[in-house]
Amino acid sequence: MSTAATPAPTPAAGVRARRMVDLALRVRELGIIGALALLILVTAVIEPRFVHADSLRNLALNAAIFAILAVGQTLVLITRNVDLSVGSVLGLTAYMSGELLSKHPGTSILVVVALAMLMGAACGLLNGVLVTFGRVPALVVTLGTLYVFRGLAFLWTNGSQINAETLPDGFLNIGTGSFLGIPTMALIALVVVLVVGQVLRDYRPGRELYAIGSNPDAARLAGVRSDRRVCTAFVVSGALAGLGGMLFTARFGTVDATAGTGYELTVVSAAVVGGVAIFGGVGSVYGAALGAVLLGTITSALIVLKVDSFWQQAAVGALLLLAIAFDRLVGLRLDAALRQRSSRRA
Amino acid sequence: MTQPTPAARAADPILELRDAAKSYGAVRALRDGTLALRPGEVRALVGENGAGKSTLVKLLAGVIRLDGGTMLVDGEPVDFHSPTAARDAGIAVIYQEPTLFPDLSVAENVVMGRHPRGALGRIDRGAVRRQVQELLDRLGVKLAAERPVRGLSIADQQIVEIAKALSFDARVLIMDEPTAALSGPEVERLFGVVRALRERGAAVLFISHRLAEVFAICETVTVMRDGQVVHDTRTADISADELVRRMVGRELGALFPKEQAGVGAEVLRVHRLTREGVFTDVSFAVRAGEIVALAGLVGAGRSEVARAIFGIDRPDAGHVEVGGVRLPRGRPSAAMRAGIGFVPEDRRQQGLVMDLSVQRNVTMTRLRELARGGLLRASAERRLAREWAERLQLKYHRLEDPVGFLSGGNQQKVVLAKWLATEPSLLIVDEPTRGIDVGTKAEVHRLLSELAGRGVAILMVSSELPEVLGMADRVLVMHEGRLTGELSRAEADEERVMRAATGQVEAAA
Repeated sequence: MSTAATPAPTPAAGVRARRMVDLALRVRELGIIGALALLILVTAVIEPRFVHADSLRNLALNAAIFAILAVGQTLVLITRNVDLSVGSVLGLTAYMSGELLSKHPGTSILVVVALAMLMGAACGLLNGVLVTFGRVPALVVTLGTLYVFRGLAFLWTNGSQINAETLPDGFLNIGTGSFLGIPTMALIALVVVLVVGQVLRDYRPGRELYAIGSNPDAARLAGVRSDRRVCTAFVVSGALAGLGGMLFTARFGTVDATAGTGYELTVVSAAVVGGVAIFGGVGSVYGAALGAVLLGTITSALIVLKVDSFWQQAAVGALLLLAIAFDRLVGLRLDAALRQRSSRRA
Repeated sequence: MTQPTPAARAADPILELRDAAKSYGAVRALRDGTLALRPGEVRALVGENGAGKSTLVKLLAGVIRLDGGTMLVDGEPVDFHSPTAARDAGIAVIYQEPTLFPDLSVAENVVMGRHPRGALGRIDRGAVRRQVQELLDRLGVKLAAERPVRGLSIADQQIVEIAKALSFDARVLIMDEPTAALSGPEVERLFGVVRALRERGAAVLFISHRLAEVFAICETVTVMRDGQVVHDTRTADISADELVRRMVGRELGALFPKEQAGVGAEVLRVHRLTREGVFTDVSFAVRAGEIVALAGLVGAGRSEVARAIFGIDRPDAGHVEVGGVRLPRGRPSAAMRAGIGFVPEDRRQQGLVMDLSVQRNVTMTRLRELARGGLLRASAERRLAREWAERLQLKYHRLEDPVGFLSGGNQQKVVLAKWLATEPSLLIVDEPTRGIDVGTKAEVHRLLSELAGRGVAILMVSSELPEVLGMADRVLVMHEGRLTGELSRAEADEERVMRAATGQVEAAA
């Protein structure tokens, strides 16, 4: 053993690895904000109408629902699971909200919110129970419930559609109104992001979600009740998809059984672009929400710039690959640093 | 119990195991396990591979449960139904590879599930950092509480585990080969921590293959052999040689007959093979008709050398020649073409496709030759499989049954058949008889001996000393990634091999 040559490199490598992690984590959210600013700037230079109040409002409104869903998705992704059923849950609850209000226009909006979230939570509970107690991979479970929930929506609507005329104005105002100049829906999304962000950062259940995703065995040894926590993550994801469904109806007024089709992929993309690791244990809801805003802005910018719709999709895909490549690169660099250190000892 | 004297009461054991027994199916992994850990005691647990040390540790850690005997904490009988129960009783286990959350900070790893909380259940982050930093400082290590665990060396990760144990007020620390992956200064630091723990009245059970460390840090030592505790003494009262003898002291039966065979031309030459951090500068040769055993303790790098020769892992330096031709690095297909067969250590994971039929597993290496125009001929496949089943005296119901239906010994025969079907000039077998019954074991040995007799060169990685001594024409011994001994059949005995394997002698060859 050549122990004589060892001591010096150890602290240096430790400090370097630590700096890299710090940087990677902080740069992650700052990076998205930077990309967002650049995107808006470039688009505004080419097409000044892009930064008109109306256009920015639309941007915020579009991103709000995705941001709320991405927050729920983040909770699930952090535990090394995935929830692909959110689009279908949104469709189901959107129709429920519309149906309820057009049949009983006097219903309190708070009741509608509660029912939509409750219905979403029930869907999430089904996912969570199948994943934790049924020991079926989340990918398979939620792929299944994606079709099941969508199927239920089709059965229920029976081909019919809800129109804005039948909905009370007070309800539609949630979708169009604003408070202190900020769209109500964006405010709702902001509250959701902040509340869930706080729980993830400063409360035991939140920290335990990270523990579960980071090392499930170690979590069990630390006495974390993993099944219960994972189940809760799915329930919250479902409830937030329910909230999203209610907001969908308020915003668009027109709802049929296909509402929210394909949203799950956008939502997972938003979370991943926002730095939430698909392998669990890493990421924040702030990043995921910013990811949703970035994806929404790219789409709008490309439309404003009259770019072919194929390129719009390709741009989203490229962004996703870029984000994953970035995460992988950081991971590899860290692993390499670690391996170099251990071999120096041999 | 008789009335203890006051002096003896002061040293009443915190944790005690009496006549503990544990069996896995028909295999008795542990019997008559008796062990006591007193406050302020650092006790070594030593023994060969498979002596039952791990079983004993798992019992104490609450990972498995006793079949017989009793476990006592502070003189009260206990029955740990989970690792959490053991932890709550004040027992902490530090494994060679710590179980931590790589994405979370050091501080959070220590307090996970037990975060100190302030108003409204909010985590008091300041308190978390303070508490953990205080623990780390008390251990006398330079480690920042708020840095993430990812990127920490194994040594630092172990410190985090120890800090975790301290935060539980653990009174018993079990360290399962903690120094295996540590450098000299890191070992010194760990010993400093262990001494500090001892001063505080904790009991430490220290499991190590490095006898020098056992003598450096432990006052007492428990020796295990063949699933039994065979010796318990103070380290001051025993020499290293005596300790080795206690570890191996077993009569060598005539169970492993290797027929004499004419040794022919050199088939395999390994030249200064190195894989960084795993093994270093390994050179040797194997001739036709010769069985060369690669002996050593678990983690010495034997299987890794075998994998690198076959090209599964890519070496960083050095090369492998078969029949004088250099093999490209990291290409199993080239190794196969050159005539190497590889029977891996873990047949369930690496050797067989458990859901496929017996015949498909046997013929897997020959599918190309059995196909005509890209389509597999069922009759040819069947014929080949039946031929090998007969030659190896395979016990099966139908060749179409999934290979998972067979017993462990017969599964191993299928793996052997699969490689023998390629008619290799060199066969690498990694732990060829692990977990199979005595009868089949003898058959596998007969088979290997017969192959050597027909001029096949055989490289056998084995943790079982009797097997090594009975089968091998030559024994190569590895210790911590290096060859530390080469012994001819005449020279090789248990003590010599164990001494080289524990690093007692440097490169006898």
